[in-house]
Amino acid sequence: MSVYEPTPPKRGRGKGELEAEVLDTLHHAAPKALSPGEVKDVLGDDLAYSTVVTALSRLYAKGLLKRSPRGRAFAYAPIADESGLAAHEMRKVLEGRPDREAVLTRFVDDLSDDDEQLLRKLLDIGD
Amino acid sequence: MHFAVYLLLLFPVPAAWAARPLGERLPPRLATWLLTVGAVVLASASSLALGVLAITALLRFPLLARLADGRWSAQVAQHHDPASLSVGLLACAVLAAAATAAAVMLWRRVRTLAAAAAEAACMPGHEQLVVVEDPAAEAYALPGLPGRIVVSTGMLDALDSSEHEVLLAHERAHLTHHHYLFVAFTQLAAAANPLLRPLASTTSYTVERWADESAATAVGDRRQVARTVGKAALAAKRTRARGWIPAAALGVLGRFAPTEPGPVPRRVAALLTPPLRNRTLLVAAIVALLLATAVCAFEATRDLEALLDLARHGVARR
Repeated sequence: MSVYEPTPPKRGRGKGELEAEVLDTLHHAAPKALSPGEVKDVLGDDLAYSTVVTALSRLYAKGLLKRSPRGRAFAYAPIADESGLAAHEMRKVLEGRPDREAVLTRFVDDLSDDDEQLLRKLLDIGD
Repeated sequence: MHFAVYLLLLFPVPAAWAARPLGERLPPRLATWLLTVGAVVLASASSLALGVLAITALLRFPLLARLADGRWSAQVAQHHDPASLSVGLLACAVLAAAATAAAVMLWRRVRTLAAAAAEAACMPGHEQLVVVEDPAAEAYALPGLPGRIVVSTGMLDALDSSEHEVLLAHERAHLTHHHYLFVAFTQLAAAANPLLRPLASTTSYTVERWADESAATAVGDRRQVARTVGKAALAAKRTRARGWIPAAALGVLGRFAPTEPGPVPRRVAALLTPPLRNRTLLVAAIVALLLATAVCAFEATRDLEALLDLARHGVARR
């Protein structure tokens, strides 16, 4: 299973940019809710705790997050997208038991590098 | 026991050897059926052979002979059974291992299918198609009542609208033709008799080919299907996180040697060449092998019956 690695932080990001990153972090952690401290740890740069809290509060106010009390603060989790099926759930379906692969019929299997070259040659597609 | 029993144990060898060429040379629907029926027949027959050998060995023990039926003579069983005791005991052990492996596999698969059906039922909406917001290009069919087709936005973005049609036709074919059952039966057979593994891995490939050809019939253009499969695979490689699927899952049945092309390029290549025609000779050879298996199985059970008869009367008839 892959560990989610956020994109390296850029200096001087705008408010919207930070919010997008925070939302992304929460989506990847879902269904686990994260406290502002945990979000700050994942984003892992010199963000102030209060900046993260502000971003989370703004997202909450926009109705993109739900929150539940945890200790003295809140823990935040994203509200499922319109289809009601978050990406992580789709991945969970795939990552479950070892038999999964045989039960779900995936449209395309993973390609090796050799396969990719062969495929490009067969279909006459450049790089 | 006579040679028929040993033949039953040998038949899976040519079948394993022929499985993959068969998967490439016969129309996928026919190939899938033949491989599945073949795997089930051969696995049952080899289990039967092991059972016959095991029974004849166990009858030699007076206690077991008496337990089975008070009037059986262990001595007669010993005199008239040409199989050696060690072969019989080995058969007992192998049969126990095969039965355990098959039972474990069956239990797991039934649970996984039930879990998949539950997930399919819990998905939002009543449409067959479920779109998931995810940049990774992914698409799969989830069997259930009804089954669902799950497609990520990453996959939708990678393909144009006529290619979406191909993708949906492909996944719909998996669900309507119950491809997961063919795969499950051949894998069950392979669990009982590991010699049959090539039949199971080939069936996983032929059901993909079957769905590709169904999609080609639906959109009326095999080249178009080939391009879609290729584009989707390239998009998936670009966008899927590495190590997303546990390597163990892919290795369950052993992939083909890494130097050989994987399933996706082979599917594309097959779609770019004219459709395959039925090969009467090849089919006849497979049917002959299965008939020979049936005859041998019949012979083996008759031999066993004769032996039991002798033992029951405790008389030596020559």
